[in-house]
Amino acid sequence: MTTTFLLIDLPMILEKFVLILVVVMASLGIAMYTTFAERKVAAILQDRRGPNRAGPFGILQPLADGMKLFFKEEIIPNFSSKALFVLGPGLAMLTAIMTSAVIPWGDKVHFFNRDISLQIADINIGILYIFGVLSLGVYGIMIGSWASNNKFSLLGGLRAASQIISYELAMGISLIALLMITGTLSLKEMVVQQQNGYWNVVLQPLGFLIFLICSFAECNRTPFDLPEAENELIGGYHTEYSSMKLGFYLFSEYINMFISSVVMSTLFFGGYDVPFFDEAAHADWGNWLALIGIAALMFKAVCFIFLFMWVRWTIPRFRYDQLMHLGWRILIPLALFNMLVTGGVILYFFNK
Amino acid sequence: MNTQIIFILLSLMAIGSAVMMLASKNPVKSILWLIVVFFAISGHYILLNAQFLAVVNIIVYAGAIMVLFLFVVMLMNLNAETEPVKNYRLQFIGVISGGSLLLILLTFLMRTPVAQPVQMKVGESGLIGKLGMTLFQNYVLPFEISSVLFLSAMVGAVIIGKRN
Repeated sequence: MTTTFLLIDLPMILEKFVLILVVVMASLGIAMYTTFAERKVAAILQDRRGPNRAGPFGILQPLADGMKLFFKEEIIPNFSSKALFVLGPGLAMLTAIMTSAVIPWGDKVHFFNRDISLQIADINIGILYIFGVLSLGVYGIMIGSWASNNKFSLLGGLRAASQIISYELAMGISLIALLMITGTLSLKEMVVQQQNGYWNVVLQPLGFLIFLICSFAECNRTPFDLPEAENELIGGYHTEYSSMKLGFYLFSEYINMFISSVVMSTLFFGGYDVPFFDEAAHADWGNWLALIGIAALMFKAVCFIFLFMWVRWTIPRFRYDQLMHLGWRILIPLALFNMLVTGGVILYFFNK
Repeated sequence: MNTQIIFILLSLMAIGSAVMMLASKNPVKSILWLIVVFFAISGHYILLNAQFLAVVNIIVYAGAIMVLFLFVVMLMNLNAETEPVKNYRLQFIGVISGGSLLLILLTFLMRTPVAQPVQMKVGESGLIGKLGMTLFQNYVLPFEISSVLFLSAMVGAVIIGKRN
């Protein structure tokens, strides 16, 4: 329940606080090393070595990058709204992290005689919450781009907004088909269903494909990185940004990538479910079982992150009209078709 | 007690940002304050245990409609210098019509009997399962008719857009 925090339940508040802290810190840490992984993957795909100077195998490279960004001069352009200019990257980071609240990171763990659920908030509208936060994600970019008082920034921001709105539709419709099958909006229950039955990707292959393409577009990743097309828009919506404010924009993209990988694993690939392994039969493993679950979820997420990078360094950027054509003329009809077929099959074969 | 404190905070937030929305000169800032109002109202929905309404309010209003508003305002590039000249007669008419609307609202608010106070955290009518059952069993016809209305509005928008 969302309203549990209204009751005075100190251990509960403490437990949730620690959980939030751990999840946010872990997301930031993983996103940090995703930037490193991106450079390494790019290097491997282009037959280079990649960063290898800072620490063994370049393992300290993200720290060096962060230090560099922090120590750079901070420039706020004249004639721009200063408050909104600062608000932009803040909002981008906030919306990127907020999604992690409803994701079930694992099953329960048992500490200090308490069963602690590894999900910050098991609300019964989990997937809609993710959608709500997702639709707010565009504000960080739009506000920042407008406050920059730069035509190229504004163009980048408008591109980002129209792209995100267009692809949200197809994403939502592809999810409706999934919701018809699961019959619940709670992410936790979806995972439990997948543990006991098939993974949703088996039941909804087309829906998964549409969802995957749309999440590439929502994260502004290549081939959908038109908002920051360097050769057309200088730097896109963050042209005027410098120092750590630029860092936050770039960093929020990696957090988004990590979170959407986790969401896709949860919705379509069973979340913390280990394939061909009966969790219920090994309930006596206790905390180790939960740990195995977290490891499984992280493994799936890392595979998706690798896919994101692989595509980025393989496929060139779309043209803007191609992007809109793909979104409106191909993905939305396809998602509608998928929804109709799913509804028809459920009505015809599983009509209870 | 706790819910009351949260209710008061949320109400202050809603009213305060509504006032800020009216008071700010810059249209972009007005829109941003309006978004804050929507968040406060969503908070009220959550207090009433209507989580579905809360999230849909955010998705539809804050997430979609306000983005379009921002689009338009940003593209029109409304600055203080390009603000249209104020017509005193128009202002006068505006004040009178707004005042009469307020008067009507107040009269009807005074007349309505005080129902039982709003119950916080209880009741399931706002949860999505219950809402769906009610909509598709008791109110199917109005629901379908309103969807036809939306469809015709969409077709109309496309036709108007195509003409130019």
